[in-house]
Amino acid sequence: MSVAGAWRTRRQRYALVGEICPDCHRHIFPPRDVCPHCSQPAGPLHTLSGRGEVYSFTRMHHAPKGFEQQRPYAVALVKLDEGPMVTAQLTDVDLQEIHIGMRVEMVTRKLKEEGEEGQILYGYKFRPLMATGD
Amino acid sequence: MLNQPAFPVGIVGYGAYIPRYRLPGSEISRVWSGGAERSPVKEKAVPGLDEDTATMSIEAARNALARAAIDPTHIRAVWVGSESHPYAVKPTGTIVAEAIGAIPATQAADWQFACKAGTEALQAGMGFVGSGMAAYVLAIGMDTAQGRPGDALEYTAGAGGAAFLLGPAEEAVAVVERSLSYVSDTTDFWRRPATHYPSHAERFSGDPGYFGHVVPAARRMMELVDTAPQDYDHVVVHQPNVKFPVRAMSQLGFTPAQWRAGLLVPEIGNTYAGSALVGLTAILDEAEPGQTILMVSYGSGAGSDAFHIRVTERIREVQGRAPRTWDYIRRRVAIDYALYVRYRGKLAAR
Repeated sequence: MSVAGAWRTRRQRYALVGEICPDCHRHIFPPRDVCPHCSQPAGPLHTLSGRGEVYSFTRMHHAPKGFEQQRPYAVALVKLDEGPMVTAQLTDVDLQEIHIGMRVEMVTRKLKEEGEEGQILYGYKFRPLMATGD
Repeated sequence: MLNQPAFPVGIVGYGAYIPRYRLPGSEISRVWSGGAERSPVKEKAVPGLDEDTATMSIEAARNALARAAIDPTHIRAVWVGSESHPYAVKPTGTIVAEAIGAIPATQAADWQFACKAGTEALQAGMGFVGSGMAAYVLAIGMDTAQGRPGDALEYTAGAGGAAFLLGPAEEAVAVVERSLSYVSDTTDFWRRPATHYPSHAERFSGDPGYFGHVVPAARRMMELVDTAPQDYDHVVVHQPNVKFPVRAMSQLGFTPAQWRAGLLVPEIGNTYAGSALVGLTAILDEAEPGQTILMVSYGSGAGSDAFHIRVTERIREVQGRAPRTWDYIRRRVAIDYALYVRYRGKLAAR
């Protein structure tokens, strides 16, 4: 990803910043000009909770360029609690433990490093929902 | 009063982060001594392939924010202390500030003072809040420490740390009633630019390094606030191994009951700039209102920061709002030396 491309998308990648449509009130991710549900102009920025569940997934043993060092890993369609579906890597998970419907939460991780001298690209991934203290 | 903030300052939110992988000391001993050496810790925390000081700081910061429940745009500085910043030039602080929504009206910078970088940020943050320049400051100590393969420090060089959101004492879960620093030019551990692994001066790093700063800093603090070791409910000091902190705290007159909650090094190793700070999060997770805590950090090069802290009634409201430090310690996945070599990028050819 170019430095400019990474810069433009940094908020959505780091923190799942999307939008809420002012007309149909549905959540939109990633942010865009027009609401994909009602075709009205999209609304103000809104940070999604980051919670959701695995809708579908695949295990990657042959990774595309730039991701070879991470193999094997899993990519999932995650249905967020607010509605939008996102594609993302799963992390901090045993590949055999992943199942459809698994509760997950967003974490900001390193997506890839562009060589030894290039930029480091950070973004959202999902991990199994961590048990909290109470 | 000189050397203290004009307005009282406290911790309004705190959060820990420890990655899930663990390398048992027995694995290092197996590879480098045929099992003959005894590891100074049970195991150490190891970051995953997609983790670094920035990502770990982001999660700790989110936990601190969840506890404080404040608007992140009111944060006036995001300061990250570490000796493993992902970039040599470009601040970790801006990455963290962007991820938590603290931008754009915030300072964001990185601190470097070996293992003392995190408490250095904490003290500076006290000055910022305590002078009225800031409503809130986020001070982080976080590291993915590098241990040279086969070196004694490989057993302990761990990963983890903590984030502290400082703010007005009246909103605090713990008030920092006094802080001080104690430094000297002591070259006990260092890393030159463009080298990957640190060098150290073997036994010299104990005394005059570690003991020569931790012990007098703690003594000065107790003189200043007129306390004795038995007045503290908890004590936590920098933890490069188990032996050093236990010897220092015993020498000062503390007992195991006082250091139990904060001594995490047997489980996660030395988290460098995060070491004393992540110990403090484990203490706060179980602290009760009115309890007193003494924290003393240590960074090579060399110096200590000491903090006299009093827990407030608010602590009970926030403890359960984010994962506790032991939630992270318990989600452990043991790895062997080969996976460790891969995860830490130590393979020569790949």
